[in-house]
Amino acid sequence: MNSFLNTDRPQVFCPGCTHERITRGLDNTLVNLNLDADKTVIVTDIGCSGLFDTFFNVHALHGVHGRALTYAAGLKLADPTLNVIVTMGDGGLGIGGAHVLAACRKNLDLTLIILNNFNFGMTGGQYSSTTPSDAVVGSEFLNQAEIPIDICKIAKSAGATYVSKCAGHDPALADELAKAITHKGFAVVETLGMCTGRYTKHNKLTPKVIDQMIVDQPIEGGVVKENQRPEYGKLYRELAKEKTQFPQTLTIEKSFNLTTPQRQEIVILGSAGMRIVTAGDIVCHAGMSAGMNVSIKNDYNITVLRGQSVSEILLSPEKIGYTGIESPTLVMALSLEGVQRREKIFKNLKPSTFVLKEKSVAIPETRARVFEIDFKKFKIRKQDWALASLGVLAKEKVLFSKEILSFALKTRFNEKVYTLAMETIEKIY
Amino acid sequence: MALSFMEGNEALARGAMAAGCNFFAGYPITPATTIFSNMLKMLPPTGGICIQGEDEIASMGYCIGAAMAGKKVLTATSGPGISLYSEQVSFAIGSEIPLVIADVQRLGPSTGSATRGADSDIQFLRWGATAGVPVIVLAPKDALDCYILTIHAFNYAEQFRCPVFIASNKEIGMTKESFDLNSVTLPSLVERTPYKGDNYIPFKADPDKAPPFLPIGGKTLVRQTSSTHGPDGYITIDPEIIAANQQRLRTKLHAARQQLSLYEKNLIPETDTLIISYGITSRAVEDAAKILAQKGQPISTLSLKTLWPVPEQVILKTAANFKRVVVIEMNLGQYINEIRRILGGKKIDFYGQMNGVMITPGKIMEVIENE
Repeated sequence: MNSFLNTDRPQVFCPGCTHERITRGLDNTLVNLNLDADKTVIVTDIGCSGLFDTFFNVHALHGVHGRALTYAAGLKLADPTLNVIVTMGDGGLGIGGAHVLAACRKNLDLTLIILNNFNFGMTGGQYSSTTPSDAVVGSEFLNQAEIPIDICKIAKSAGATYVSKCAGHDPALADELAKAITHKGFAVVETLGMCTGRYTKHNKLTPKVIDQMIVDQPIEGGVVKENQRPEYGKLYRELAKEKTQFPQTLTIEKSFNLTTPQRQEIVILGSAGMRIVTAGDIVCHAGMSAGMNVSIKNDYNITVLRGQSVSEILLSPEKIGYTGIESPTLVMALSLEGVQRREKIFKNLKPSTFVLKEKSVAIPETRARVFEIDFKKFKIRKQDWALASLGVLAKEKVLFSKEILSFALKTRFNEKVYTLAMETIEKIY
Repeated sequence: MALSFMEGNEALARGAMAAGCNFFAGYPITPATTIFSNMLKMLPPTGGICIQGEDEIASMGYCIGAAMAGKKVLTATSGPGISLYSEQVSFAIGSEIPLVIADVQRLGPSTGSATRGADSDIQFLRWGATAGVPVIVLAPKDALDCYILTIHAFNYAEQFRCPVFIASNKEIGMTKESFDLNSVTLPSLVERTPYKGDNYIPFKADPDKAPPFLPIGGKTLVRQTSSTHGPDGYITIDPEIIAANQQRLRTKLHAARQQLSLYEKNLIPETDTLIISYGITSRAVEDAAKILAQKGQPISTLSLKTLWPVPEQVILKTAANFKRVVVIEMNLGQYINEIRRILGGKKIDFYGQMNGVMITPGKIMEVIENE
């Protein structure tokens, strides 16, 4: 192919705009590299650089401002055989800064061409993230109060594996872009250019000035040695390949018949580190093995290593509707923090409610039947109290038989943990 | 009989896998995070891709790119993330990109409460994108629904080439429960219609349909754009072309309203009160209805699974013979406006609650009894 340019969609840039030169430069690159049009996609965002996807006979995705790199990443991950080229202006660079940094860190095989023309051309020449503080732009004095960024330095420090800068009018542009596109990893090319419609009307910016800017701010162009590492997609696929185990759905067979299966509303009041959630899970497994429907909700702090841990469990022979606890049939009070979290429930407990209370835990006054146990006397560590409580319930014939509990522990734990759990439970028998 | 045991978020992720999802990108946020962590366990062993975006905007961008390369994609977030998704959702709606978005709702506004439920986003999901184009929003009431509705969501996304939202809730997503997956017939899978022919025009479609699809990276060159476009995928300012496309985006969903109307109803003969609800609240409504029936005051219930497009005919026909309609919502009144619009002239009562806890069956009975 001698040109990828779309003859139906001629360029529409202002006379003298460097974007026009860059379009032709990119076309030469595509021709020189002899890329397959159907394996190449140009991804763009908003602004004059966002017109690029329309000029070429390749796949095209034009999206919203600053987000081009995000679509590009999705495309490349989904189809690693694609050559993904992103064009973005200094506008997209600013608004999509987080994506530029992420792309540098990830090192996905994408090519980012930044068309830096020092202002927002399309909206009237406002200042951008690259506008010099002394430039005269369409933002009154605002740019005087900020400094521009040097994206090449940023890209390097963020981990880009290829960084280069060149003038948009540089005859070597096509070769510069070719090097970036053939680089296996994230490549950034910053081109400097003139926005004749806006910027150069008020600022002395000529090809000669741009050439001098590149001399004044030299960047060791090309492959960034210190950042070299495997391409993200390749690495991702290698790592993912090791994950061969698909997590199967946990199912529990009905294995026991209860003579009178009754709805149970169970509240376990404990603290972080007491394995309250695990105990709740075991109650659910036991319930399911007895053919009950179950639900469990857990309440714990965002900082998971301290504070209360509360489990609310429903067991029901009927399908469970509302999953809140309205009238607990069983309360396990295992820590003060847990009790304080649900203090209000004690006042309205029914006389038939069974409250299992550890000796050291004070609870508010209640009409419920309170059963106190001193786990310290049994030499049971605090982190095992919730588990041991299930043993107490079995022993007191409150919830499930020891047989059902043992079955539930088997479904929840591996052999080793199961043995340890049963040892704990045996202590109170 | 073996029961499955999992939280709603895991059920949603497993539903996605059953639907053939092969790409996920997301950003951690309570109470939706476990959808992400489940997908991260399930996609790699099946050859799928699961990515953490640098933010929610990026996550949606990854999804859009992957969907355009032909993947079946899922993302998951909560209200604050939906806010950030908005610009990309507009793109996906306007440019007909199939996506499934799980919104495990939490109490808003803004940061609100990470671990407190509410149906905060019911209108936001409908109107959270520019141009007011219709969207599909499905509302599960339990873990089993999370599984099944996610399969429907993928089917709709594929058929209509649009984002489909699942309006879950912390109280469903983070509640583990047992259910019998073998008790239901799962919907058969629908895939996007591939273009067959030799002159692909990316947005050329029948006036009430989505255009056939070809992926970026395939033999035929594909154009995708967030700009106002004609069938060829290039910018247009032609009012007729613009109008036809805007109309088609509406019609493709509205013409399919009947197919898209998912609901459950329990109509008891000779009752004069109908409760309309959706999501987690439907379960308390069912409990209340059971107790009221035992007390000799039976009522009827309609639980909506599709919230948008509004199942207007279902609501109209179901409510026709009732003297009183009561709408219950876990917010201070979002969907009630739709019910009032459709059932204008009928006696409609409302109870809404937004305090971080679920509405109890007792509260619902109180509303019913205190006419």
